Amino acid sequence: MPRITFIDPDEGEHVVDIPLGWSLMEGAVRNLVPGIDADCGGACACATCHVYVDPKWIAALPPKGEMEETMLDFALATAPNSRLSCQIRVTSDMEGLVLRIPVDQH
Amino acid sequence: MTQILIIGAGQAGLTAVQTLRGEGFDGAITMLGDESFAPYQRPPLSKAYLLGAFARERLFLKPDAFYAQAGCELLLNARAEAIDRAAHTVRLADGRVLAYDKLMLATGTRVRKLTCPGADLPGVFYLRDIADVDAIQPVFTAGAKLAVVGGGYIGLEVAAVGAKRGLDVTVFEAMDRLMARAVSPAVSAFYKTEHEKAGVKLLLNTGVEAFEGAGKIEVVRAGGVRHPADMVLVGIGVLPNDTLARDAGLACDDGIVVDRSAMTSDPDIFAAGDCTRHHGREGVAIRLECVQNAIDQAKHAALAMLGRPQTYSEVPWFWSDQYDLKLQMAGLARPDDTIILRGDPVSRKFAVFHLRDGKVAAVEAVNAGPEYLMGRKLIAANAAVPPEKLADMSIAMKDML
Repeated sequence: MPRITFIDPDEGEHVVDIPLGWSLMEGAVRNLVPGIDADCGGACACATCHVYVDPKWIAALPPKGEMEETMLDFALATAPNSRLSCQIRVTSDMEGLVLRIPVDQH
Repeated sequence: MTQILIIGAGQAGLTAVQTLRGEGFDGAITMLGDESFAPYQRPPLSKAYLLGAFARERLFLKPDAFYAQAGCELLLNARAEAIDRAAHTVRLADGRVLAYDKLMLATGTRVRKLTCPGADLPGVFYLRDIADVDAIQPVFTAGAKLAVVGGGYIGLEVAAVGAKRGLDVTVFEAMDRLMARAVSPAVSAFYKTEHEKAGVKLLLNTGVEAFEGAGKIEVVRAGGVRHPADMVLVGIGVLPNDTLARDAGLACDDGIVVDRSAMTSDPDIFAAGDCTRHHGREGVAIRLECVQNAIDQAKHAALAMLGRPQTYSEVPWFWSDQYDLKLQMAGLARPDDTIILRGDPVSRKFAVFHLRDGKVAAVEAVNAGPEYLMGRKLIAANAAVPPEKLADMSIAMKDML
């Protein structure tokens, strides 16, 4: 299980192990990482699982799908390193991935 | 110290717990559910979970540790039997009596059942909870003849999963088009084509008359014709669980009646989610069966229980996954809306906008994220957009305002 770090807006670190094949969002929710709301449960319908990817990890992640791209276009406080954590499936090469959680998902 | 009791351990109940704690409530919270499971997501049940592509543990909305951490006592396999409004207590089926200062009803719905001859035969299934799907899965195998009764979301999602799994699927729909209650004719027609392409047989205008079989389902009799079937999935809608409220003398009308703060006719009792009848942003009394309403109304109920009522006016949104098609909808359409088609259904990517008095009132989008998302914003803003502009694909959705 790759070990992933979520950093909350107050710089608190939440280090979680996420099973392969699960989404980053599911791993965060399962481990009670605060600030990943995921209202729709991963259907790419709400954009409440928004995260910022640590710059050195951006290229290592699978590219955004069209739906994710669109959801992010309309989400709050996005940046070039924004992703929806429900759309990224955990693979073995994500060991050590670092993600930042936005201040507000709504 | 205040005691809040929540009846119903689903999306709405859980959201209320989160909102109460998020808003700083430090009294006692007890949530009871009549299933043996902690709150879980229902949408995947008719999709990935049925397909076997999604382990049960992934359905749960929160890990078990959440409830202890949130200071929420979760009582499972617990059925509320009666509310004593004068005493402020709820009696459970096992005889326990729980006291409350504020009570929230998040009792959800139950499936509407067929009453035709043979409706009780083994092999006739409904789909509402985990146990239903677990019962269906062993017989949901390639080659099996699956008869789906009802061409709504549930029936068609199951039909799509069945076709993918290699079942021989026939859908019986009493109306003249699919999802007639939920989508416009253009979207119905598009999904008809897609299901037929996948090999699903669709029998419209065809009500089911009876099920026949010796000890288990063998034949569906519909439109005067006998159709062989190994299993039946019935998806003909749901009924609100409002008996508890009704028996307690709360106002009910095909659902527990609540005002826009989610309060029932008793100022100490609130209700949220599929079980309620409420006046939404359009001022028309409706019942909404969707995740959005469960979440947003539960937030309102929680705030109202804390003495900070807010007016519920959120735009409803819905989705359905069939094959590789993502159908996303927002707002509530009416039959007399002006219909604007954006994009070509043949491209498998298009949207239908509904204008009312020149303003965007609803949108149905197929594989069209920008149309859905911008549509939701336009609806919330009561925005007027010229029809020709909406239909013009050379204008990006984000430039519609």
